[in-house]
Amino acid sequence: MSRVEIITANQAAAMAAKLCRVQVIAAYPITPQSKIPEILSEYVERGKLNAEFVRVESEHSAMTVCISASLVGARAFTATAANGLAYMHEQLHWAAGARVPVVMPIANRGLGAPWTIFNDMQDSLSQRDTGWMQFYCMNNQEVFDYVIMAFKIAEEVLIPAMVCFDGFRLSHTVMPVEVASQEQVDEFLPPRKPPYQISPSNPININPVVMGDLMPDSNGNICPDYMGFRRRLQKAHESALEIIASVGSSFGKMFGRDYTDPYYAYECNDAETVFVTMGSLTSESMEAVDILRKNGEKVGVVGLRVFRPFPAEMLARFLQQFKKLIVVEKAISYGYETPLATEIKGALFTYRSPSMPEVLSFVVGLGGKDVKPEDLIGIYKKSSEISPDRTFWWHQEELHDECTIC
Amino acid sequence: MSAPFVEIPEQEFVLPGTRTCAGCGLALAYRYILKALGQDTIVTLPACCLTILHGIYPKTPIAINAVNNTFASTAASAAGLAAGLKVTGKDNFTVLAMAGDGGTFDMGIQALSGAAERQTNFIYVCYDNEAYMNTGVQRSSATPQGALTTTTPVRPKEQPKKDFLTIMEAHNPSYLATCCSSYPRDIYEKFKKAKEKDKTRFLHVAVPCPPGWGFPASQTVKVGRLAVETALVVLFEIDEGTFRLTGKSLTMARSGRKKPVVEYLKKQDRFKKMTEEQIESLQQEVDKRWEYYLNRANM
Ligand SMILES: Cc1ncc(C[n+]2csc(CCOP(=O)(O)OP(=O)(O)O)c2C)c(N)n1
Ligand code: SF4
Ligand SMILES: [Mg+2]
Repeated sequence: MSRVEIITANQAAAMAAKLCRVQVIAAYPITPQSKIPEILSEYVERGKLNAEFVRVESEHSAMTVCISASLVGARAFTATAANGLAYMHEQLHWAAGARVPVVMPIANRGLGAPWTIFNDMQDSLSQRDTGWMQFYCMNNQEVFDYVIMAFKIAEEVLIPAMVCFDGFRLSHTVMPVEVASQEQVDEFLPPRKPPYQISPSNPININPVVMGDLMPDSNGNICPDYMGFRRRLQKAHESALEIIASVGSSFGKMFGRDYTDPYYAYECNDAETVFVTMGSLTSESMEAVDILRKNGEKVGVVGLRVFRPFPAEMLARFLQQFKKLIVVEKAISYGYETPLATEIKGALFTYRSPSMPEVLSFVVGLGGKDVKPEDLIGIYKKSSEISPDRTFWWHQEELHDECTIC
Repeated sequence: MSAPFVEIPEQEFVLPGTRTCAGCGLALAYRYILKALGQDTIVTLPACCLTILHGIYPKTPIAINAVNNTFASTAASAAGLAAGLKVTGKDNFTVLAMAGDGGTFDMGIQALSGAAERQTNFIYVCYDNEAYMNTGVQRSSATPQGALTTTTPVRPKEQPKKDFLTIMEAHNPSYLATCCSSYPRDIYEKFKKAKEKDKTRFLHVAVPCPPGWGFPASQTVKVGRLAVETALVVLFEIDEGTFRLTGKSLTMARSGRKKPVVEYLKKQDRFKKMTEEQIESLQQEVDKRWEYYLNRANM
């Protein structure tokens, strides 16, 4: 039976990976995710997990090991953050193009320069277009649940998946997590069934050079060109939205926590304004909403869990009912605005209705800057003063309209 | 080693239809490497001339399993194959990683050093055509001193070739050997031996490249032989720590006959700007290194 444990998100991710019976683990240390491979290596060394643990010399190699192990049929796992994720960039594209169902927790951390070890989401959000699925978790329970669901989804649609959660805020903070039993997880996630078996008698050339035009094989059958392979990846992402919903609902039936919807809605029924967030900002916004509601404000939270594939239609149709969306993010697309705000505006335009909500973008919490419920209440108030044409920096310098430290 | 007669199997794993240039030393060597390693080999390779040899989707002239990966990742990819095959119960495969000099001496060195230090169970082959050929003959750290390349087009490369064999020896591979595409029997025997071992094995294969080096396609075997006959390339193996000269290099050591390097250099356009003094100083370097090898072989 399941049991409740008081654990960090790193522990939750490692325990979930063990319950998923991962077969190949390759990882490299970087704060704040290092605990995940540490815990897993102990499981392997103590014989509690039958896996090959490859202690690679870099994140580039960690992802490479996962790709090649996955290509020959193994369930492969790694974890990273920040510069480690950036260092993998080439291999992230390769993994998605190779269609390997690798699962990788990301303990979100800001990128240098200058150095920070603390949390924001610039690392994973700037890998948006690598072809990976991206899930964002608001608490440690979701980290545990999403690692298990991610394998199930990834192995069905053959797209790798990142399970993202805030470094330190979740990675190093203990909270109660209902840990499923091995029997439950085995039933939910049977051993991997690869789409082909590698064998000496039927040799194949995996991921070779592909031309820009369709080419016939030796039997005269026309085979995909490069763009055809790209289109297949895009189609797989489109079909993944349905698989994510069905896996989320069967997870709910089995474990009692439903993830059918790609977002979590809190106090939205009569809301006029909602915070739109991802990760632990969702939990933080819920606290702020409780306070604001006591003062009679009609406000709610929409916490996005699935960022890629982007659930544009569902999200747009749901968000249309509100008057104002306050998009609060720990990332910035330099030269434009916060990335989720752009996505939401695009979705609202595609699925537009006669009444369109106003969309305001706030950047908060870069490099671990604390975001308390009071900050979100401040943002709520500020949202009626600012213009939607640029991201507002929730930062002393912008709030006081002066440079405080230079 | 050096049995007077070696039975080399008829079965081919490099079938007609490779996309290499005419007279490619790599294609010659690869044929014998795969004959020695056999059907149960899985090769992983980065971007390089070998990728092109493997053909263009959906056709391939290569009759073993192949896994392509990025330029820096060859040895890590092999580590992933080894781990994945082991944990899924398919440990009958021989894992081969094969990359060019650029993908080994330069960009692949980190992953290779890591995999070798972990004593990953695989065979790593660096085929060395002494430049980035696939991208158009640019200088690599394996390019010899005095060679013209497209990135040393006016002033030939000033620095000597990186001593990569010493770097790899320092990783204590279970087997380390050098080959040259002009000596297929030596290749066959060394890869046979490598296949029987476990842990990390490293083989360096010198492969002349007609367009990159500037000689006619008909001269590949001749140029490769001259490389060995002048002792610019020395054929040897280090088997569990024991050094031994092999094949032509062993015969040369016994007979004491070694050709001057100029015979090798003058066959190739890439060396056409070398001055007599530079050739003389190269000759001295080669002589010194040859003495070193003779000493190591107790000869
Ligand atoms: C990260 C990265 N940088 C550059 C390249 C371009 N590139 C492809 S093949 C190649 C040259 C390979 O040279 P080498 O390894 O010596 O093999 P050769 O082509 O000579 O056989 C280069 C530089 C690449 N594929 N990936
Ligand atoms: S460029 Fe040289 S190594 Fe590459 S295929 Fe041509 S001959 Fe072979
Ligand atoms: Mg080369």
